[in-house]
Amino acid sequence: MMRLPTFTYVGAKTLEDAVTALADDPEGTRLVAGGTDLWPNLKRRHQGARSVVGLRRVAGLRGITGDPAAGVTIGAMTTLTDILRCPMLRDGYPGFVRAVASISSPVLRNMGTLGGNLCLDTRCTYYNQNEEWRQSIGYCMKEVGDTCWVAPGSPRCWAVQASDSAPALCSLDAHVVLHSTAGERVIPIADLYNDDGIVYLTKSRTEILTEIRLGPAGARRSTYWKLRRRGSIDFPVLGVGVALELDGGTVSSAKIHLGAVHSFPVAATAAAAHLLGKSLTEDVIAEAAELAKDPASPLDNTDFTLQWRRRMVGSYVDGALRELAGLPPKATPSVHGEGALALEV
Amino acid sequence: MADRDQPRIVGTPFRRVDGVAKVTGRTRFADDLAFPRMVHLKLVRSHVPHANIKEIDTSAAERIDGVIHFVRGEDMPNTFGILPVSQDEHALAFEKVRFVGDAVLGVVALTEDAAEEATRAVKVDYEELDTIGSVEEALVTSTDKIHEYGDEGNIHKKVSMEFGDVESGFDDADLVLEDTIFYEGNTHLAMEQHAAVAVPEGDGKITVWSATQTPHYVHRALAKVLELPAAHIRVIACPNGGGFGGKSDPFNHEIVAAKAALQIGRPVKICLTREEVFYCHRGRHPVTMHVKTGFKKDGAIVSQHLKTALDGGAFGSYGVASTYYTGALQTVTYKVPRYRFDGLRAFTNKPPCGPKRGHGTPQPRFALEVHLDKAAHALGMDPADIRLNHLQPKNSVTANWLKIGSMGLEECLQKVIDGSGWRQRYGKLPEGHGLGIACSSYLCGAGLPIYWNHMPHTGVQIKLDRSGGVAVFCGEIEIGQGSDSVLAACVAEVLGIDLKDIRLCVGDTDLTPVDLGSYSSRVTLMMGNAALQAAERAKELIAEAVAERLQVPAGQLVFAERRVFDASDPERGMTFSEAVATAESKFGTLGTTGSYTPPRSPGRFRGAGVGPSPAYSYSACVIEVCVDRETGCYTVPKVWIAHDVGRSINPALVMGQVEGSIYKGLGEAMMAESALRRLPKKRSNALVHKFPSMLEYKSPTFLDMPEIVTYLVEDPDPNGPFGAKEVGQGPLLPVMPAVCNAIFDAVGVRIDQVPAHPQMILQALDDKARGGPGRYGPKRFPDVSWGEPLRVPTPDEGGDGKAINAEQVGVRGGTMKEDPEGVKS
Repeated sequence: MMRLPTFTYVGAKTLEDAVTALADDPEGTRLVAGGTDLWPNLKRRHQGARSVVGLRRVAGLRGITGDPAAGVTIGAMTTLTDILRCPMLRDGYPGFVRAVASISSPVLRNMGTLGGNLCLDTRCTYYNQNEEWRQSIGYCMKEVGDTCWVAPGSPRCWAVQASDSAPALCSLDAHVVLHSTAGERVIPIADLYNDDGIVYLTKSRTEILTEIRLGPAGARRSTYWKLRRRGSIDFPVLGVGVALELDGGTVSSAKIHLGAVHSFPVAATAAAAHLLGKSLTEDVIAEAAELAKDPASPLDNTDFTLQWRRRMVGSYVDGALRELAGLPPKATPSVHGEGALALEV
Repeated sequence: MADRDQPRIVGTPFRRVDGVAKVTGRTRFADDLAFPRMVHLKLVRSHVPHANIKEIDTSAAERIDGVIHFVRGEDMPNTFGILPVSQDEHALAFEKVRFVGDAVLGVVALTEDAAEEATRAVKVDYEELDTIGSVEEALVTSTDKIHEYGDEGNIHKKVSMEFGDVESGFDDADLVLEDTIFYEGNTHLAMEQHAAVAVPEGDGKITVWSATQTPHYVHRALAKVLELPAAHIRVIACPNGGGFGGKSDPFNHEIVAAKAALQIGRPVKICLTREEVFYCHRGRHPVTMHVKTGFKKDGAIVSQHLKTALDGGAFGSYGVASTYYTGALQTVTYKVPRYRFDGLRAFTNKPPCGPKRGHGTPQPRFALEVHLDKAAHALGMDPADIRLNHLQPKNSVTANWLKIGSMGLEECLQKVIDGSGWRQRYGKLPEGHGLGIACSSYLCGAGLPIYWNHMPHTGVQIKLDRSGGVAVFCGEIEIGQGSDSVLAACVAEVLGIDLKDIRLCVGDTDLTPVDLGSYSSRVTLMMGNAALQAAERAKELIAEAVAERLQVPAGQLVFAERRVFDASDPERGMTFSEAVATAESKFGTLGTTGSYTPPRSPGRFRGAGVGPSPAYSYSACVIEVCVDRETGCYTVPKVWIAHDVGRSINPALVMGQVEGSIYKGLGEAMMAESALRRLPKKRSNALVHKFPSMLEYKSPTFLDMPEIVTYLVEDPDPNGPFGAKEVGQGPLLPVMPAVCNAIFDAVGVRIDQVPAHPQMILQALDDKARGGPGRYGPKRFPDVSWGEPLRVPTPDEGGDGKAINAEQVGVRGGTMKEDPEGVKS
């Protein structure tokens, strides 16, 4: 059996407890929310920890407040299941809720939190293996090695951003609140992510993600298309978060973010810009979908082949935009999370 | 006598005898066991794929708190292996390692954590050797041998046999079709990881509890490696949390635990991690196949030539049998009057392959059924008819000398054709939707034991006494398939008692008669027959005593409802316990035995031992798929399957096995693959399992399962207990080809390999759009010189089952001679 290494556990009761504990030993301390990412990683010895600060009992970190008209604030410790059970989120931010519904399995959504999903470690099939396996390849640069095995000539790590909620929230222009002993700061969620498989967050090691803020839903339409092997459970091999607003039949704002095809949720800016001021015809959508492939950098470190995943970027962006335009589908998404949503109704 | 035509339990969906204990967590699996003073074992495994071991340095590990002992390979010089012809494993490698995961040292500590920490502190110095990662590489690498034995170079086994004049058959054909097809390897994925506990007894004996499908073979391997008399070793098979063939070999962890227990005089336990289970493997061989068939205009096969190349991994395991099995059962479904089979198995630096559900037959079955689908289209026939019109008849002998008894495939085909609406729907569904059909057959136990002997393949002992309780002893092992329930049902049926009146004692080499194990779909048929014999003998004793007391002819007595009574006057009788007491008074202590040995098969040539079985099960399957042309993704909304089980002992369990087969088959068709990964050669020598974890090794979950319509076809086989045949493996086989045939019906492209991934469908669609054949699959079969095939005239040619050129062909070096002493000199 794989067991956890030994560490000191700090069950924080207040945010101040937590940030103080973190500030004591930022390099040797890990935060745990639901534990669905950290515990397996510790068991596989991806990460060591002198101490782990548990956020479960910290008051005020869990809950959903506000409404789609004024904007909604979600505590970072809110479970993924709580989000699925919140009708106003489903009505106001369907793309986000659909992304959450597609995460993992019901049991893990009961434990997993939104903050945890946003801070999910990047993943790679050369990395997410037992220690004995990693020893067999001489480790990789995300750990103690010096090579990125998926791109051996590369000076950087190409581990994949694997959160479903991240691209969806990026497309919705959400903000996150980071808290430390120095106080708090609010940043656009896209700025939380760094273009690197190792240092994948811009959040410093003394900061705790406490809140996710969604602006007024307005007339914005949103969706999330997820590609994965099984409809029941799996990390994304592609996530497409799209949000757009139409003004009298033409697109007045558009955001497209791609998950799982880079080390961060990458914005398909050219594709989004192509839509602006145009009506969502089949041709315009197809052109945007083609443009969306450009920023994607899938490599051979997830399930499926990289060529196919790259091609699927076009198909899935096309499909997501067609859905928002009310056009009949060409492709069927492998997973929409409807099953999970139906379970929670 | 037992009224086998009107059974009371057999044929009803009774609750399985181990069901309540399983669902309430009271079943004791190997990992649940604990003993006083028990310590823990972990194995240090090689992290290099092929290397000579220079030095093992335990100095740092020795200093870890709680570490008490190391077990070294040199302490166990005798080799072992499941087949007498492939005794090529050491309990711990001490000269060279052959794959990432090969065990080199045992570490024993007071806690599992300490043992694990110590394995990381052990330093092994390796001199790395070139690695062989594929059949092609094995074929061109004759030096740098992975093993010193084998037919040639790194070819473990090469076989070639011809039944009838195959070439002239092609000349007579109206259509000759050739296909090259690939089946990727995959693994068993049983929920329970392997575990074993070895307990030294006070008198120098030892007991080993293990999650094994084959305690009898573990027993033999332990005796050989530990150099102890077999009588001093007791192996107890715990109920397996799934086996599927993955627990059919004797394993190094069982032997090392036993050795450690003997060395330190304390119980020693080992539980493998999931990653280690992927390294134990013995899963489905990756097989490249080439099939060439001559057909008449009506779809009749006139001649067939099948070539298979198996990537065997690092050890022999069942590989010689697997190789023969890739050719053996191609003839039992449709008439194949002339047949040639060439097969080879290569050693590679990968986890060793072996038997997985269907052992060696799903791969060629996939090739044959996809090939037939193409032939039907080439001949303008309905794929259902090319099968229906040319079935191998019942009570016949095939070209390769397999004796067919009952054969319910025609009824199976009719059931799925009707159920799926095949005649109305095939070829006519909307774009992207399709139906595919395929058939299969499987053994009900191998006709020959793994090591040559004339003893029974299974035995059952029954002890009865005045309590009315009946204790049944048998070496069979419950691996989830329901064998305990079959054993209890057979005995309870004959004696007219309740299942609850039976106490089972199974899988214990000290207490139970030998049963060869839960593999080869042999248990229901063989153990069932032995149980019937033992129960009938007990019934005779009781009937004789009761007849005397009641003054009724013994033949007039009925055993039912826990009573023994006069058929003509049911009031005249006694309870079962009174009846047993009557017999105990008359005969003294009561006990009976039964055993079973399969009938001799007509084949008399080298290799004829693989394929014969007392009976063959048959399955037919129709699968509906829905393919997205834009992405290549596809789903399976519905499956219709009919299985000829001879007769169901318990239809609920039979249906469970059928549905489990569909699950496993869909996994193999759509996603499951034991792929290996080689790092860039100039930077690394690594050759590793791509995904040794249950998250990234893909297998469907229950949420991914389609609707399944199951039809049980009951055509009792005279060789089966109550007419029963197997169901554990056969129904898996038609699933993979039916999926690929359905993809063709849906979008018109051929995927000639499994798993069939979405990108393959897209590539084939692109190919078709460019005017190509619209196919994805392997391009060529490796170049192999097969030499002179063993020529065996067919029954139709008046053959006698013997080869006519055995002396010219001779025996190759792939067959290891078993050293009877087994001790390395």
